[in-house]
Amino acid sequence: MLELQHISYRVSAPEGEMDILKDVSITIPDHRMVVFTGPNGGGKTTLAKVIMGLVQPTGGKILYNGEDITHLSITERAKKGVSYGFQQPPRFKGITVHDLLLLAAGTEKLSKERCCAYLTKVGLCANDYLEREVDVSLSGGEVKRIEIATILARHSELMIFDEPEAGIDLWSFARLTETFEQLHQEGQATMIIISHQERIIRLADEIVVIANGEIAHRGSTEQVFPLILADTLGSCPVIERKETVR
Amino acid sequence: MITDIDAKLLEKIADLTGQPVGAFNLRKDSGCEARQSTEHIDISPRTDGKSGIDIRIKPGTKGEKCYIPVIISKSGVSELVYNDFYVGEDCDVEIVAGCGIHNSGCDESRHDGVHTFHIGKNARVRYSEKHYGEKDAGQTGGNVMNPKTVVYLGENASMQMETIQIRGIDSTKRETDFFCEAGSEVVVTERLLTHGQQTAESDMSIQLNGDDAKGRVISRSVAQDQSRQVFRPVMVGNAKCFGHVQCDSIIMGEAKIESVPAITANSTEAQLIHEAAIGKIAGDQLLKLETLGLTEEEAEDTILKGFLA
Repeated sequence: MLELQHISYRVSAPEGEMDILKDVSITIPDHRMVVFTGPNGGGKTTLAKVIMGLVQPTGGKILYNGEDITHLSITERAKKGVSYGFQQPPRFKGITVHDLLLLAAGTEKLSKERCCAYLTKVGLCANDYLEREVDVSLSGGEVKRIEIATILARHSELMIFDEPEAGIDLWSFARLTETFEQLHQEGQATMIIISHQERIIRLADEIVVIANGEIAHRGSTEQVFPLILADTLGSCPVIERKETVR
Repeated sequence: MITDIDAKLLEKIADLTGQPVGAFNLRKDSGCEARQSTEHIDISPRTDGKSGIDIRIKPGTKGEKCYIPVIISKSGVSELVYNDFYVGEDCDVEIVAGCGIHNSGCDESRHDGVHTFHIGKNARVRYSEKHYGEKDAGQTGGNVMNPKTVVYLGENASMQMETIQIRGIDSTKRETDFFCEAGSEVVVTERLLTHGQQTAESDMSIQLNGDDAKGRVISRSVAQDQSRQVFRPVMVGNAKCFGHVQCDSIIMGEAKIESVPAITANSTEAQLIHEAAIGKIAGDQLLKLETLGLTEEEAEDTILKGFLA
C-alpha cells in the first residue's frame, strides 16, 4: 500500500515562492490501477516523481507498505519494488536494448524468449531491436516503448508510468493498452499511470484529477469521467469576459 | 616464462588464455617469448637491423587469426619496435595486437610500436589493438605507449581497426595514417580512457585517394580526474569518395579535452562529414539507471562501460 500524507513541494521562482504541490494526501491500496490526470502544469509528474524519489518533497510523508520511505534514495526505493517509466526517457550511447533489459531485470542473463516477451508487449520485435543501441538512431516512440519494456522487466510491485502514450503511434498504443489491461488483470502490481487518454482512463479502478497542485477530484471512472468532460467543455475565461462586456 | 602477471596482461589486451591457435608472436620485455608461423602466415624477425617482425600472409588466406601481443613486466624497459604486415590479395584475416605493461618499479616503462600494413587488392582485415597499464601499489614508474599505425589499402580492400586504451597509460601519443586506393574502405574505432594525471594525444589522417573509397572514424573517449586528451582526426578526400568523422567524449572531474576533427576536400566529388561532441554524463541518464536499482556509482560505471564498449 502506498500512502502519501500531506505532500507539499514549494520552489523559489523569480516572482516569489511557488507551491507545485499543496498538501496532497492519497492512499493507494495494493494491486489497484490508478490514473493521474489533469491539466498540464497541475503537478501530476511532480507527484509521481515524489513517489520515486526523483523529487524530494518540502513537506509531508510517503509510506510504502507501512515503511516511511520519504528520505530513501531512488536506488533504495527501486530495490523496494518501485519503478518509474519516464515521459522522456534518456538515450545511452553504447548501451543496447538487451543491456537495458538486463539491468532492469537485475540479472546477468535473460533469455531471448523473455526479452522477446517484454518487447512484444510494447509492440517491438526482439530480432530487430535487442542488439540496437538506445541512442539517437531510435525514434522517440521507439525509445518510449523500450522504456516501458524495462519497467515490465523489473516485475516491480509498484509501477509508475508518466504519459506512456506520449509519442507512440496509434497501432502501438492499442497494443500498450492491452498490456496495461493484462497487467491489471494479473493483479501482481499496483499501477499509477499519468495519462490523458480515454482508453487508459477507462481501464483504471480510480481516477485522480490533479490541478493547481491539489487533488481536484477522485473516484471511479463513472464518477470522475463526466467531470473531466465538463471541464474540457468549459470556455476560455478571457473570451467569456469579453462576451459579458458586450 | 609466462608468469601469472603476464597471463593476466595477455587476457586483458588480447583475450588470450593459454597459447593461441595459429600464427602468433609473443614479445616480452623486448625479447621474443614465443613464435609460431603457419602454412599461410609467416612471422619472421626483421632483416634490416631494426627491432621487430615481418608478418607475411599468403594471398587468398581466409578465416585465419594472428596474435602479436607485447607485454612488459620489468620496470624501466624502453623499446622501439617495427612490425610490417604484408597481407596478400583476396585475404580475409584477423590480426590481434595489443600491449600491456605491469610496472613494478619507479622507472618509466615505454613501448613505441610502428605497425605498417600493406594490404593487397580485395583483402579484408580486422585489426585490433588494446593498450593497458598497471603498477604495483606505491610504485611511481610511468607507463608510456606511443603506437603508430600506417596502412596502405589496395584497391577494393578493407580494414576494420579497433584501437582501445583500456586504462593505466600515463602518456600516449598515437599516430594513425591510412592511404586508401579506389573502392577500398576503412573503419577506425577508437576508444580511450584517461584518468589521474594522464595525457593522451591522437592524430589520425585518412587519405581517400581513389574513386569510391570510404573512410569512417568513430572516436569515443572518457577523460577523468585531471587527465588531458587531444584528438585531431583528419579526413582528406582526393577523389570521388565518402568520409565521416565522429568524435564523442565524456568529460569528468577536472579533465580537459580538445577535439579537432577536420575534413579536407581536394575533389568536387568528395563527400565529407565531421561531427564532435564533448559533455559530462547527463543527469537524466544517471537517474534512469538509479530507478532500475543501481547506485549512482554503479550507474556512472555502467554508462562509461557502455560508451567505451
